[in-house]
Formats: sequence, C-alpha cells, structure tokens
Amino acid sequence: MSVADARLPRVSTSLDSGPPPQAQATALRRRLAALRGPSTAPRPLDARALAALAANPGCRRRALLDGAGVDKAALARALGSPAVFGQSQFAFMRGNAFEARVKAEGGAALLRLLGVADPQAALVPDLAAAGPEGRAARTALALREATQAGAWTLLDHPMLALQVAGSPVYLEPDAVVVHPGGRWTVVEIKSFPMLDGSADPSKAGAAARQAAVYVLALEHIAAVTKGASVDHSVLLVCPKDFSNLPTASAVDVRRQLSVTRRQLARLTRVGEIASALPDGLDFDMESRSSDELASAVDSVPSAYAPECLSACELAFHCRERARSTGAVEALGRAVRGELGGLSTIAGVLSAARGESGDPDDPAVVALRRAARLRAEALGGRATDDAVRGPGCR
Amino acid sequence: MSLIGALARLEAVESGRARPLATVRHRHLSPRPMVFVPLTTAGEAGAPLGALVGTGRDAPQLLAVAQPRDRDLRFAFLSELAEVLLPYLDGYADGVEPAERGETDPETGKRVKVEVELCADAPQLIVPSGPGIDFVRLLGRSMRFRRTAEQDPGTPYPAPPRVPLLGRWLTHYGERARVPGSSLLLAMTDLLGRHWATGQSRLEDRHLGALLAWIAPPEGGSGAEAALRAETERDREGQLVCPPAGPATDPAFDNGLLAPVMERYDRARQALAAAADGAAADEQLARLTSAEREIRSLLEGVLRPTWDAVWDGVDLLLELPEGPHVADRWKRDRWSFTGHRDRVRAGEPPQPRRDDAVTAARKLAARETAQAQLDAQEALDDPLVLAGRRLAGEAFVGVVADVTMAWSESKRPSPRPLLTLRTQDTPHLGSGVKAYRSLAGRPQSAEFVRYEEDGALVLRLLDRMGRSRDPAEGSVPDVGESVAWTLFEHDQRGGPKLPEPEDTPWTHGGPPRTDAESPDAVTPEDLL
Repeated sequence: MSVADARLPRVSTSLDSGPPPQAQATALRRRLAALRGPSTAPRPLDARALAALAANPGCRRRALLDGAGVDKAALARALGSPAVFGQSQFAFMRGNAFEARVKAEGGAALLRLLGVADPQAALVPDLAAAGPEGRAARTALALREATQAGAWTLLDHPMLALQVAGSPVYLEPDAVVVHPGGRWTVVEIKSFPMLDGSADPSKAGAAARQAAVYVLALEHIAAVTKGASVDHSVLLVCPKDFSNLPTASAVDVRRQLSVTRRQLARLTRVGEIASALPDGLDFDMESRSSDELASAVDSVPSAYAPECLSACELAFHCRERARSTGAVEALGRAVRGELGGLSTIAGVLSAARGESGDPDDPAVVALRRAARLRAEALGGRATDDAVRGPGCR
Repeated sequence: MSLIGALARLEAVESGRARPLATVRHRHLSPRPMVFVPLTTAGEAGAPLGALVGTGRDAPQLLAVAQPRDRDLRFAFLSELAEVLLPYLDGYADGVEPAERGETDPETGKRVKVEVELCADAPQLIVPSGPGIDFVRLLGRSMRFRRTAEQDPGTPYPAPPRVPLLGRWLTHYGERARVPGSSLLLAMTDLLGRHWATGQSRLEDRHLGALLAWIAPPEGGSGAEAALRAETERDREGQLVCPPAGPATDPAFDNGLLAPVMERYDRARQALAAAADGAAADEQLARLTSAEREIRSLLEGVLRPTWDAVWDGVDLLLELPEGPHVADRWKRDRWSFTGHRDRVRAGEPPQPRRDDAVTAARKLAARETAQAQLDAQEALDDPLVLAGRRLAGEAFVGVVADVTMAWSESKRPSPRPLLTLRTQDTPHLGSGVKAYRSLAGRPQSAEFVRYEEDGALVLRLLDRMGRSRDPAEGSVPDVGESVAWTLFEHDQRGGPKLPEPEDTPWTHGGPPRTDAESPDAVTPEDLL
C-alpha cells in the first residue's frame, strides 16, 4: 500500500460495521473488474481524464465507467455512436518538438524561466525504473533526496501515484522542479501560444485543471517528506507569440485543486453506484452484444448536458438517449434553467398551449404568457421557411 | 436564454426544423460581401493551411500552403491573400460623402462641427464561424508587426510588401467584431443563430453544417436527422462528409489524407534540391508539382462545402427584410472603416500589442453603449424581440382608452396630457418610472402616474409635442390606438468623459509610448 493511501477517505472507516477497509477496497476492485470484463485490462486513467471528471460531477455513468477502467471509446463504438475525438499528427509532432526544445540541455531553458542563475549546476536525477510502481517509488525517492540536497533539481517526466476509487492511478507530469528551499513546482508544457502574454483561456484552463491533479498527487508525497511543500501555482510553459521560444507564466491552481480534491473524494461513491446495479450486469465488450451493452449502460443513470460532447466519449450515445426521451437537458443547461420543474419537451409544449400543467404554478404561468406573446409577435407568419437541397454533398 | 427563446427551441424539436427568433434581419449584409473560409495547421499558431476567398459564390479563389512549416510558402500565402483582400478594401476607400463630426477645438477647448469625409459604403468580411473571427484577429496580429525589406533593409526575414498593411486591416476588423451589433466582420454561425432557434443546444449550433441542416433541411427530411448526418457522417475512407467549418481541420483528414501527401511533397523537394542533373531535376519537379496539385485539391475538397454553406446562409438571411435601425448601426461601421482608412493614410504606426488605459476604457465604454443601443434597437425593430422584453416586464403594449388634456404649471404652460392605457402585460412600473415610445423614429417620453382601480394605467406625456399650448398634430396618440412602450431608453448616452491618452495619470501607467512597437522576435526555424 502506498503512502498516498494514508490520506484518502475510505468508503467506511468504522471498526464495527462490515469488513475492514482493506478488504472492502479489494472487494470493490473485484466488483469493478467484473463490470469491466474479467479478461480486459483496465484502461488507465490519466490526469486529463481525472480533470474532465470535474466537468460533469453529477454523472454517475461516467464515474462508474471511469472508476472501473472501461474503455469508453470502444464502448461507444460498440453502441454505434462512436466518439469523434482524435489528435492531428501535426499537433502531436509540434507538441513533442516544443517539449524537447524546452527540456534540451538538461532543461536549461526551463530552469532559466524559473529564474535559476546557473542552470548547468541543477541536478537532473535519472528516474528510470521498471514498471509504473517502480518509477513512482523512484520518483518519491528522488524528491526526498532533492529536498534534502537543497539544490535546484529538475525531475523530467516523474511518475506519481494517486489513489482513485480504491485503485492506484499513475500520472506523468511533464516535469517537477525542486527549489533549494524544498518547494516543489509542477511544470506543464503546452504547445499553444502565449500571445502578448495571454493564452487561450479555455486551453489554459484545461492545463490548470490537469496540473491541479499533479499537485494533488505530489501533496501526498510531500506530507511524508520532511521540509517539503508543494507550490499551489504551477508553471505553464508555452511558445512565445509566433515563435518557438518558450515563455512561462505562473498559474494559481488553488481553485482547481479544491474542485479536484472534492471530485476524487466523491469518486469513492463508485462502490455505492456499483452496488446499486443488478447482479450479472457488466460492460464486457468481448462477450456482450450491443443491445446488452446498451441496456447495461442505460441502467446507470447519467447527467447529459451538451458540454459533454467535448469531454466524454459516450456523449453521442447519451445525447441520443436524452433526445429520444424528449429531455429538455438536450437543449442545454440554460434552457433547462428557464423551465422550472417541467422536464420533457412534450410536457413543456402542452403546458404552454394550456393542455396540461397546473395553472397556479408560476413556471406554467410564465410559459403560457411567453407562448402567447410569441404567437402574437409572429402573427400567423408563414411557418415554413426555405427548403434547400441536401447540404454537404 | 429567455423563456421565449427556449420555447422556440422546443418548438423546433417538435416540428423538426428551426423556428424564427426574429422577424427582420438585424445585421447589415453587403450586396458584395467578401467571404473568407480559412484553414489552419493543427498545433501551430498563425500557420495558415489554405483558404477560399472571394466576393461571388461561383468564383472562389483557392489559396493553399503546401508545407505550412516553410516560412516562404506562408509568406507567399499571405501575399496572395493581400492581393485579394486589399484591392477589395481599397475599392471602398474613395467613394465618400460629406459628413460632420463633433471635435474639440484644441485652442478654445469648445466643441465644434468639422466637415469630414465618410465612406459611402464599407467592405464586409464574412467568415463561417466564431473561431474564424479569432483566426482573422490572429492573422492580423501575426502580420502587422512584420517588416518589409523596404521598411527595414536589415530585417532578417522580410515580409512581402503589402502583408503588414493587411495585418493592420485584419486587426481593425477583428477589433470591430467585438462591438455588439457591428457588421464589418461577421461569423455565419452567429448570424444564423441570431435569427433562428434550432432544436439543439447553442453549443451544437456552432457547427455550421448542423445549424443549416436545421434551418433548411433537405426536402422531406427532418432537421434533427440532417444535423446528425452533418455532424457525424463519414465516407468509406473515414472522412467527414460535411467537414468542419474551420479554421481547425478534422484530425482524420490531417492524418489520413493530408500528411501522406505533404510527406511526398517534402521528399520531392529534398530530392529536387539534391538532383545531380537536369533529367533527374525535371523528374523531381514533376513529382513536386503533382504533390502540390494534390494538396491544393485536398484543401479545396474540404473548403468547398463550407464555402457553399456560407453562401447558403447569406441567401437565407437575404430573404429576411432588413430591420429599420440596421442602417443606423451600419453607418457607425462606415465611420469605423473611414477612421481606420484615415489612420493608415496618415502613416500612423500599427495598432499596439496592448491598448493603453484610456483607449481600453474608451473601447469598453463604447461596447457597453453599443450593446445597450443594440438591445433597444432590436426591440423597436422586431415585435418578436419586443415580446421578450414584454415578458421580462421591460416593455408593454397598451391600447389608449382615454386622453385627458393637462398642462404644466409654469409661466408658459406646456401640454402634459394624461393617457389611460389598457394592457395585458405586466411592466415593472412605479412612481416616477419613465416609459418611452417611438414617434417618427424619435423617442417620446412619458411618466407613470398611477394605476386605475380597474387595472388600467395612466401615463403623463412629457415631450415632443411642440412649443405651443396645444400639442402638435399627431404627437399625442388617439383613443383606440395600440402603442408599444419601453421602460429602457432608445438612445444611449455615453459615459463620463475620459482624459486624452496623453493625460493618462501615473496610476494607470502614464501616457502611452508614442514610438512604433518593435517587430516580433524571429528565429531561423520559426515554427516547430
């Protein structure tokens, strides 16, 4: 059991109820393995996936599938609604080339951005080891040594372990720098540009959420390392303007950190969600037909919102379900917010036309006024607009 | 989103096609817009991949970069783009009409009217989607600080002659697009989304193909199905049938089609450089040309559907009659164009990287004023927009039930008639709250007096009734007339006056620097 375990909340910590925590965690792991399919290796969660969990914390479907390590992209393909995520090889090459440039010559450029006067004197320990566990142990040791050494140290691609829903997740930040005073700073290298000192807010935000996961993992190691502390602002390194020269900005991730911490604590609910499922149900893509998989997926409640489309592989499936049941969520959270307690499209429309609904309900009253005003403004305007030939052919 | 807008989306789901959100067109559309459909290289900032550009649906000009990592090829692209865009922009610079502008006399400090030129029309750029506007801004930023060999003979990688000038124009257009209601640079998805509500979320409306599928589905089909096809349908090679509207390309296109051809292009170029004799060089040159032609045809293949979609959108929007206040807002756009034309002609340096404090404050104030003005004008132009304001209690429509003459208690009594109105709306009225109506295009104000016992409300008319004791003909509504009143003002007053940039206090950074900014640093391998 790694040191990280010591601080994570468990499903149950009372001594007189049920089996001891260790046994319970094992039981959960076994249950999740059964859900995934016995012959399938769990799909490792990375920091990006963990950060994306925060995008829709209310979704039990995503929490369970991610917690069980189900390959959601393959599942979406099996369900007939494949995800559209992909990375262009141009972007991939560019990202790698930029990172290599930043870290060239023992990370001289990177350390200079941190204000290190003599980058050549910085230590760059070798972190190679066998397997993720070995690398994580090697990283923890290197961090301890660097903190005691009191010199600038650059850890290139360290491996950090974080306990998520009872099983370890291995994370690989771009770099961690140890200051002489024992402070650890996470470095995130991205290839989107910082134009005149500011980067695309959505991309910078995603980088901050990802870095917050690394900070969280580091904090578990720092808690048992004497004289160590983790910097709550991370160093975001990006190309400057239109060049390939690196520039950096300190990004405060305290807010992202607390969000991620809360999300991960809630992930322990995975056990709860799993125990609520009927027996004999699983997401084994090798043995189940697409209909069986679909009904298995549907038995876990989801919280679809259009924002899922850019963050979750299953989003197209969930969207299709939301649309076929006429849920107003499919039209966006803003629409949902306008409609009070009415949750289906047919229900809202019939309430608006006065065919159903409680006439004393303020939401219904507002809806009927809106419908009346809209009809009045349109004033019997021809409802059928243009018809054109099929587009995009 | 207002409840009326939400209702329109629900109706669209039910009927399977988009529902109107406006009864008139709220943006100016030029009879000869310049449509610009750009593509960018994934992962690179400011490395264009190609574009279709032109003022006629049937005559798009294809610009392509065979290898975006090559600075010379990128410059060639920008130079070609300047060849297309600058003559179009210049074409509007000389058609002028006389106009007056209020200026402060530097000697007396008084406001005086000055005779100036105002361009009679202005060039309009249309891009497919919001990211297209960002890309215009990015291109502008990447070009305007470049130096040409003529400007600075010692510059390491001189830009082609007209490229910095194009950068300044694109920067101006990108900045203008931030002003609410402006029409110099428009995104088709924003335009269509303003006028129609689809049966999908606003987020999904950012896909131009899906948005158009809802507004004008193929005959007999539903918008939902057509939109899903536009989003996800792929051909046998795994390529999207309806490619994204850019500037980002589909990764499957990059990896499956573009990258292999680009590699062939690179290999042929290397071999050409290393060719020992004429025959070998000819062979490699043929390979190079064929790879280049293939890249061009690949790019045209993914650009053309978006190009057609933008023009489809233009056609759909032209079917809507233009809102009465649109010309007024377009006039402000013409002022903006004329102002930048004058700055360029006066030889002013390119726009700075960051605005100084006074300029930034002015821009923000101008945008706030423009937003309030847009909200008011759209409501006055369009009963459907007004319906939303009525629902929110910010406007009401009432029938005049009674007119009682009354006069002010001054030495020369002016008419202050009392109107009794019946309305089903529920405006947020309290004592002293003012209401406005449009009288021959000018706002006439009234003051709320009281509610009658039967629920009718009483307003006192305050102005625009002439100077005599009796109100001028037609300035007071008749009994039985239905009048729309707003609780918001129709014209927006500007905020407090700001100091001149030279007088910026030290708390806000002091006076801005006046020297031209230095160009961006360049390295031998600029990208990657």
